[in-house]
Amino acid sequence: MSWIDIGHIDDVPLRGARMVKTPVGCIAIFRTAEAEVFAASNSCPHKGGPLSDGIVHGRKVTCPLHNWVFSLETGEAQGADEGRIATYPIRLEEGRLMLDAVAVGKRSAA
Amino acid sequence: MTRKLIVIGAGMASGRMLEHLLDQGEDWDVTLFNAEPRGNYNRLMLSPVLSGEKTYEEIVTHDDAWYEEHGVTCRFGEKVAEIDRANRRVMTETGDVLPYDKLVIATGSNPFIIPLPGHDLDGVIAYRDLEDTNRMIALGEQQAAKAVVIGGGLLGLEAAAGLHARGVDVTVVHLMGHLMERQLDEAAGYLLRKELVGRGIKVLCSTNSKQILGANGHVTGLELDNGTVLPCDLLVMAVGIRPNVALGQQAGLAVDKGIHVDDQMVTSDAHILSVGECVEHNGAIFGLVAPLYEQAKVAAATLSGKPATFVQKEVSTKLKVTGCDLFSAGDFAEGEDREDIVFRDPARGVYKRLVLKDNRLIGAVMYGDTADGSWFFGLIKEGESVAEMRDTLIFGPAFQGGAAGDPLAAVAALPDDAEICGCNGVCKGQIVQAIKDGAGSLADIKATTKASASCGTCTGLVEQVMAATLGDDFVLPAAQSVCGCTDLTHEDVRRLIKAQELKSQPAVWQELGWTTPNGCHVCRPAVNYYLLADWPLEYQDDLQSRFVNERNHANIQKDGTFSVMPRMWGGITTPDELRAIADAADKYKVPTVKVTGGQRIDLLGVKKEDLPAIWYDLNQAGMVSGHAYSKGLRTVKTCVGKDHCRFGTQDSTGLGIKLEQKLWGSWTPHKVKLGVSGCPRNCAEATCKDVGIVCVDSGFQVGVAGAAGMDVKETERLVDVKTEEEAIEWTAAFVQLYREHAKYLDRPYKWVAKVGLDWVKERLSDDAERAALNERFEISQSVYRKDPWADHAERRADQYQPLADITLEAAE
Repeated sequence: MSWIDIGHIDDVPLRGARMVKTPVGCIAIFRTAEAEVFAASNSCPHKGGPLSDGIVHGRKVTCPLHNWVFSLETGEAQGADEGRIATYPIRLEEGRLMLDAVAVGKRSAA
Repeated sequence: MTRKLIVIGAGMASGRMLEHLLDQGEDWDVTLFNAEPRGNYNRLMLSPVLSGEKTYEEIVTHDDAWYEEHGVTCRFGEKVAEIDRANRRVMTETGDVLPYDKLVIATGSNPFIIPLPGHDLDGVIAYRDLEDTNRMIALGEQQAAKAVVIGGGLLGLEAAAGLHARGVDVTVVHLMGHLMERQLDEAAGYLLRKELVGRGIKVLCSTNSKQILGANGHVTGLELDNGTVLPCDLLVMAVGIRPNVALGQQAGLAVDKGIHVDDQMVTSDAHILSVGECVEHNGAIFGLVAPLYEQAKVAAATLSGKPATFVQKEVSTKLKVTGCDLFSAGDFAEGEDREDIVFRDPARGVYKRLVLKDNRLIGAVMYGDTADGSWFFGLIKEGESVAEMRDTLIFGPAFQGGAAGDPLAAVAALPDDAEICGCNGVCKGQIVQAIKDGAGSLADIKATTKASASCGTCTGLVEQVMAATLGDDFVLPAAQSVCGCTDLTHEDVRRLIKAQELKSQPAVWQELGWTTPNGCHVCRPAVNYYLLADWPLEYQDDLQSRFVNERNHANIQKDGTFSVMPRMWGGITTPDELRAIADAADKYKVPTVKVTGGQRIDLLGVKKEDLPAIWYDLNQAGMVSGHAYSKGLRTVKTCVGKDHCRFGTQDSTGLGIKLEQKLWGSWTPHKVKLGVSGCPRNCAEATCKDVGIVCVDSGFQVGVAGAAGMDVKETERLVDVKTEEEAIEWTAAFVQLYREHAKYLDRPYKWVAKVGLDWVKERLSDDAERAALNERFEISQSVYRKDPWADHAERRADQYQPLADITLEAAE
C-alpha cells in the first residue's frame, strides 16, 4: 500500500474532525479524546449531512443535521437508524496522518 | 582471545548490558565513552534527586570500583567524533583512534527543544541530565524564584513537582487539553491536575506558547499565544525526546526515526549493535525503561554468541511524584468492540477504568488507588479471558463476592455544608438533621427547612438526600435523566456543579459519576453551557461540545452550506452597511438574500470555506455576528417609536438598541428574542417574545415568557417601570436568572411555567438581588460580549478549510 500524508494530528481538534477532499469524495478525519484517528465518508446516508461538523463522543459521531449516530470503527448507524458510512484505512505515523492512496482513489505513486 | 568492545554512551541500557556481559565472565576489553563527565546512573531517579528525596550518590548504578573490577576503561566527558566502519575503528574528538571488534552505540536521545523565539537564552533548559537537575535545585535556593515548565507529560510534571518541592513558584504550560494525554484519559488527567493545583502548582492546559522573553541574554518570562506573560527565572522544556542518531547516520548505518536494529539488537552492520533510546525496532522507538533493559539483555547475549530475541511488550507507566497515585497500561482508547468498566469514588478522588475487548483486558487507567495496577498489568500481558471474573474485576484480586454500584454515591459523598437549595440557602446537613428529627416526606422537608420550596429545581437532589439518609424507607420518584450517560436530571447537574464547584467537563464526569468516558451529543452541549454560565471566568467554552451552528457561528442548511446574518442593532441599518452586505453577496455568490422576521438580512448558501472571509469583509464595514445560530440573544425587534410615529410614546428603537448592545453575545439555555413596541398597538409584536416591552405614556411595561413557535403564548407582566434604565435593569436581571436556573433547551416560557412567575417576581423585586444578578451578568459579558466572527476570522480561519485536497494529481 502507499500512503498519502494529509496533515498533522494536531490539525484535528480533540473530540473533533476535519474534512479532506479526495477523488472518491469528501472524507472526514475524526479524532477521539485520545491520540486516535478514524477516516470515514463525510456524508450522512440519511440526508447528506456533513459528518465532520458533528459532535464526536467516544468512538462515535452524531450527524449535525438529524442526530444519526455512527460508529467510527464499523461505519454502522447506531440505535434504530439503519445505514452505513464507508470507512477508510488511516495510519498515524509520528503525528502525521496517512490515508491509503488506493482506497481514496489515487493511483499509487510511481 | 580477548576481543575489543567499544561502548558509546553510558546510559541505563548500556550499563545494564555491561552487567549482563561481564558478570558472565566473558573475556572482553571494554572501553566506555560517555559525553557526560560521569558514568552510569539511574536517569529515572533524577526526579527524586530534584525533589530532595534522594541524592545523586544514591542513584549511581555503577561506581569507579565496579568499572575497575570489571576492567572497563572509562573515557567520560569524551565524545566519539567518527566511526570508520571499513577499518573497524573509532576516532575521538581529540584525535585518538581506537580499533574494535564489536561496537555498541548507546547514545540515547536528545531532548526536543521547541524553536520558539528566545529558546537559546540562558536559563532555558531541558530536563535530561544531572546538569539540568542541578540548575533546578540551585533555583530553589533563590528567594521567590519562579519557573515555567513547558510540557505536561511525565517528565514535565516531575520537573514541576520537584521545583515546587524546592519552594519554587511553578507554572506548567501544556498544549493539550489534559495532562499526560499519552498515558491518561481526560478523567484521570482531571484528577491529576486537581491534585497538582491543590498543592499550589499552576497548570494551564490547551495553552500555546508564543515566545520566550529575555533581558541581558537571560530568560525573564514566557509569552503565551493570548498575550499573557508568565515571568520566570528558569524555563524548563520537557516536550519530548528524539533518538540521538547522529553517529549512526554519520557511519552510514540504516537510520530512520532511530538506528535500525534487528531482533538481536544488531544494526545494518554486523559488527555494530545498538541499544536504548537511540534505536528503532520494527518501526517503534523506546522511552520507558522496561524495554531498554530487555534490549540490554538481548545485546549481551548476542555479543556472547548466544541466541536471544528482543520482543516488544506492553508497557506501563507510573508518575514519580510523591502523593500522585496514577497508573496506566495498555490501550485505553474507547471503542465499539470494546467495553469499559468504570469505577469512580468521588469522595476519595478515585477513578479506575478497565478496557476489555473480546473478554480480554487490554488497557487500564487508574488514579488515586493504584494498588492493583500490577495485577491488572499482568492480566493485560497474559491476554487470558477474564469473562469469569468480569463482574468483580474492577475491585481487584482481593475482592470476593460482589455489591451493586450505588447510584446515590455522588449525593452521599457530599459534605454536610454542600448547598442543596440555592434559593433558601439550605445545606445537606440541615436536610439530614430535619430527617433525623422526623421529616419523612418532601413536604415535611419543605415545611421544616424550606429546601426546594421556592423554584423547585433542587427537588431531585433533596429527594436523593432523603433516599441516602432514609435508605429503603424512601422510594425515589422516577425522574428524567439528562441522557444515558447519567441518572441525574438537568436540575441535579446544575445544582451539583454549583455545590461542588465543578469547573470542567472532566470534573463533572468524574465527580457526578458519568458512565461514559466523555459524554454524548445530548449531555455535552448542556454541561458545556452550565459550566460557562456558572463559571464565566474560570471555564473555557469547548467548541467540540457545541452543535454545528454554534461551533461554526453560522446556520447549517440542508445542503451543508451556511447562512450568514450580521447584526442590525434594533433593526436599524445604513446605506453603507447595505452596500457592504450587497458586495459580500456578490463576491461570495450568495444564491439567496432574505429579509428575516427579526428585522435583519440573511445571506443563505455560503460555503463553509468562505465563512471567515465573508465575516472579515462584514467586520470591515463595522458589522458583527447576529448570533442567528445561537442559544443566546438573537434579535431585539422594534418599531420606529416616537421619533417618527404619530402614536409613539417612547423611543422604542433607542431602547431596543440599548438592550441589544447590553445583551448581545450572551449564551442562554435556549434562544432569547426580545421586542420593544412604542405603544400598545404593538407593531413590534413584543407580547409574544421571551421579553417584550410595551411603551406607554407613563413608562414601560415589561412582559416575559411569551412564545410564538411550537407554542403560542402571550407574555406575562413582570413589572411596570418609569424609566428606560429600570427597564434595562429588570430585563438583564430576568435574563441572568434564566441563565442561572433554567434547564438547557428550555425557552423562558417553559422555565417560568416550572418555577412560577411569582417566584421570578419575588426574586427580581428585591433590589439587592436584582443588582447582584446584573453584576453577575456583566461579569459573564466581560468574556462573551465579543464578536466571534472577528475572533474566528483572525485565529481559526484554517479550521474552516479542508485539511487537505488530494483530488488533483500531483505533477509527474
